[in-house]
Amino acid sequence: MKILELKNLTKRFGEFTAVNSISYSINKGEIFGLVGPNGAGKTTTIKILTTLLPATSGEAYIGGYNVTRNASKVRRIIGYVPQLLSADGNLTGYENLLVFAKLYDIPSKERKKRIIDSLHFMGLSDSANKLVKSYSGGMIRRLEIAQSVLHKPLVLFLDEPTVGLDPVARETVWEYVKVLASGGTTVLMTTHYMEEADAICTRIAIMNKGNIAAIGSPLELKESIGDADATLNKVFEYYIGKLLESEEPGGNFKDVSRTRRVAKRLG
Amino acid sequence: MFQEQGVLQKDLDRIQTENVSPIKWIISFLNKTFVIAELEVRKLRHDPTELLTRAAQPALWMLVFGEVFTRVRAIPTGNMSYMDFMAPGILAQSVLFVAIFYGISIIWERDLGIVHKFLASPIPRASIVLGKALSAGVRAVSQAIIIYLLSLLLHVRLSWDPLNLLGILFVVIISAALFSTFSLIIACIVKTRERFMGIGQVLTMPLFFASNAIYPIAIMPDWLKAIAHFNPLTYEVDALRAFMINGGTSLYGLSFDFGALLLSMIILTVIATVLYPSVAR
Repeated sequence: MKILELKNLTKRFGEFTAVNSISYSINKGEIFGLVGPNGAGKTTTIKILTTLLPATSGEAYIGGYNVTRNASKVRRIIGYVPQLLSADGNLTGYENLLVFAKLYDIPSKERKKRIIDSLHFMGLSDSANKLVKSYSGGMIRRLEIAQSVLHKPLVLFLDEPTVGLDPVARETVWEYVKVLASGGTTVLMTTHYMEEADAICTRIAIMNKGNIAAIGSPLELKESIGDADATLNKVFEYYIGKLLESEEPGGNFKDVSRTRRVAKRLG
Repeated sequence: MFQEQGVLQKDLDRIQTENVSPIKWIISFLNKTFVIAELEVRKLRHDPTELLTRAAQPALWMLVFGEVFTRVRAIPTGNMSYMDFMAPGILAQSVLFVAIFYGISIIWERDLGIVHKFLASPIPRASIVLGKALSAGVRAVSQAIIIYLLSLLLHVRLSWDPLNLLGILFVVIISAALFSTFSLIIACIVKTRERFMGIGQVLTMPLFFASNAIYPIAIMPDWLKAIAHFNPLTYEVDALRAFMINGGTSLYGLSFDFGALLLSMIILTVIATVLYPSVAR
């Protein structure tokens, strides 16, 4: 069952083409990974699909709804976790979820149960009433995922879900994402980490300069370069070339200053 | 299992057949506006120190500026003492200061992705704008209480009539909402903290001094008079003077004051609602 469909989706900013007529579809329960260097068009694609940015041309459908014409309906069936730690540090974990439960019209008699279930599912029950600024990065990420699936979205968008997390926290997030997908939630995520894409994605699209350089399951992609045992990093290098130093994840000025701001806010 | 199969299709059908009668929509709109405000109030409840630190500035104005000018008698305030004349002006000023830098929180939230999260959710844009405005109003009410207590200590002839207190509450909330929405519009346009702080400083001064807050408009040159008449702060102070001070009167009439404040608020809310989504782009 096709949940998400892109047809010649294009976004131009003046002369610059950020997304160049891309088309693909994603089935229910898939974990679809968008990888590519900075400026490849991953974030722009996510912004269009989450109704934040209008496409220049082409179309995108989620659950059969056009993301531009039926934006308000699309917003009800998607969940979105932005790249930065966006949970509110000055509220408790429970309050963070409560506010979103109300904003997503979850009926008041169901609210408490869903929040408690969701905190339990993400392993956050013991910290439910602590202020989020006392949480670790991994806990905040899990809380944000809990927040974004409270309303049981059809499609969950994760923008670099494990950036800045330690390896243990990262693997915990992977586990939760996999469980969500096996329950029928379709996940579209961006990532800079090839081992992450390899570990959890059912299919991957490698983007470069607004185009899809390659698309397929991790195995298919490896076979496409003639080496089924290759790492995904190899595949990436084959299609994109080596990452420039300045494009390494978390390496550029903007990323660093952002990370510092987050650290400051949570510290 | 956390998320059972089948629920999704049911939810999808529900959305498809959703009945959006206007009354339902308005109730849901107001609900969400209050949730956004609730979010801010919950944060304040966890850390209320901000409210107290904000009280320092109006206290200094009243104690230093107010005490001196009461003695100098340089400003013609009719049969009112200068302190009586000034107290509502200082309340308006502290409401203005609470509200005018409010927009920076939008830039902050944009950088953290909170704006994106809101925009990708089914909250009406106007609810976000109004909810934020309302929470500025809550902060402003705390200022009103502090200034009332200060005024009491300084022997201002305060009115304690419950209807007047209700009037003050209304004027303070709508004024804070109005100036915070103005601030939000500026934040949507300038988009960075540095530019915002610069412009915020530049705007605060004329807003405050080109009004009747600490001297009557009558003593101004004509060109400044004209500006003061377009400044919503003038009507806020005018209404506060009538409500707050025993024997105080409104120069323009309370209904005109209310009308001016409400009209500005509506215009600003519409502009802010249109501009808000551009913050995420």
